Amino acid sequence: MTHFSRRDFIKVAGLSSALLASGHAAARATKPPMGRVVIIGGGYAGATAAKYLRLWSLGAIEVIVVEANQQFVSCPLSNLVLGGSKTINDLTFGYDALKANHGVKWLQDTVTAIDTDAKKISMLRGELSYDRLIVAPGIDFNYDELPMLASAEAQQQVPHAWKAGWQTVNLRKQLEAMADGGVFVMNVPKAPYRCPPGPYERVCQVASYLKLRKPKSKIIVLDANAEIISKKGLFTKVFKENYAGMIDYRPDHSIKGLDLATKTVITDFDNVSADVLNIIPPQRAGKIAQIAHLTEKDYPWCEVDFLSYASKLVEHVHILGDSVAAGLPKSAHMATNQAKVCANAIVQLMAGQLPDPAPVFANTCYSFISDTSAMHVVNVYRYDAGKKMMLSAEGGGVSLSPSEKEAGYAVAWSQNIWADTLT
Amino acid sequence: MKNRQITWFLGLLLTTSLLLPAIGNADEVFVFTAQQNNHIRALAASCAACHGTMGNAVVNKSTTSAASNAQEGNAVLAGMDVADFSSKMLVFRDGSRKSTVMHHHAKGLSLDEIKQLAMHFSQQKRLLVVPFSAQALKAEHDPL
Repeated sequence: MTHFSRRDFIKVAGLSSALLASGHAAARATKPPMGRVVIIGGGYAGATAAKYLRLWSLGAIEVIVVEANQQFVSCPLSNLVLGGSKTINDLTFGYDALKANHGVKWLQDTVTAIDTDAKKISMLRGELSYDRLIVAPGIDFNYDELPMLASAEAQQQVPHAWKAGWQTVNLRKQLEAMADGGVFVMNVPKAPYRCPPGPYERVCQVASYLKLRKPKSKIIVLDANAEIISKKGLFTKVFKENYAGMIDYRPDHSIKGLDLATKTVITDFDNVSADVLNIIPPQRAGKIAQIAHLTEKDYPWCEVDFLSYASKLVEHVHILGDSVAAGLPKSAHMATNQAKVCANAIVQLMAGQLPDPAPVFANTCYSFISDTSAMHVVNVYRYDAGKKMMLSAEGGGVSLSPSEKEAGYAVAWSQNIWADTLT
Repeated sequence: MKNRQITWFLGLLLTTSLLLPAIGNADEVFVFTAQQNNHIRALAASCAACHGTMGNAVVNKSTTSAASNAQEGNAVLAGMDVADFSSKMLVFRDGSRKSTVMHHHAKGLSLDEIKQLAMHFSQQKRLLVVPFSAQALKAEHDPL
């Protein structure tokens, strides 16, 4: 929202989409307007859906993104801020290129309610109607079992750093302030959670920093899962060989209690005290998905049709990214894949056609085990018409071992996915 | 008359995919329509995480990136010759060319998909894409 006030926006938004679009996009708008798609959330999923809806409809679909933050901060690579080889300013981007290049309209606001019958959303500062709605709010933390961490003050003291931004900077500063010989304690929440290998990559990044600067320090990992849940063989080897004697990994350790003052975590087996404590809370679909009843009562993720990402509960609403109940990794690449399948389907549906009956896409996920070495897991996913879900196809697999070469590819991955999502 | 048209279309497709030992069956080829283009553009877009929008991968001019071996960039697929793309994917697929990740991708795709991806990327306009500039995180960004 840079060049016009909200009142102007509401006024002109009813006119032809080409009026407001940039010259570039307007020139492409050869089809009559097909309708309006409102997108809640400007993360990997929401921003990608906005771009590809504009591209593939040749500018004929009006796209309005509603995002609370002014800037995009990448979760992928944010563990490197903890390791010290990146700063948060290497991972922060603006939305101006996306808006200008594709004629995407933008409102910086927070959505408070969705009226799915009237097909409109309410924000802190106004309302918007839609023909189709995309909900891509990412994750929400569930503090039901960790009520002592629910306040903003507690989260400053014990950061989650699981949404990249000031929380990441906070945790890095705490690690910098820790004395040599200190104890860093972190947990892994019960799956599913955002970024399956992320916690284990974090262990490596903190270990990489401590090994270099504070070699007498220790890391204790309390994993609520029975074992390392992504790239297990590789991470097990790296913990043992690259960071020998430094990492104490404890599977099946759920957090039962927490004393903030002493940074002591209580599990079924032991009490663990930390100098720096990082708690990643259990997760569920983004807040607006819960408010709008896009999740079932007893399951905190959104069920969708994998041909279009349409909600199974509500008409004309699509859900993307980490909020989706998929049994698939909640990764940035998956979020962008889902966004593209959804955008493709919406263009078809708005033109009165059926969506692609057999979508296929791939997930490439790198983890940095130090500042110069990385490893991957890759899977191709294919729609199974019988099971009505995306299943792992043939191929796929992990690195033989981490390498500097793959760190180069991982950097290239980040540059390409940022350019694809945001420009 | 209709059969002749199908045969002609099939022949056209075959001549553009001589390198592929086995292409999809006639039924698959017959549905190479708008729907099929639709299918392949979404699959091709999945490659963008490493190879850029429409196959235009980011090109690095310098090598000052964090990783010590930061490279010039990943392969630009936009405008790549059909035969070049197909043959590279096939040697990734059968394992005769060593790779870090590409064999994992290539093995998950059908020969028909490889052929269609080759055609799709060959038709994309080649553009110079440089890394998108990052910026300083603002104080007002959500603290949580």
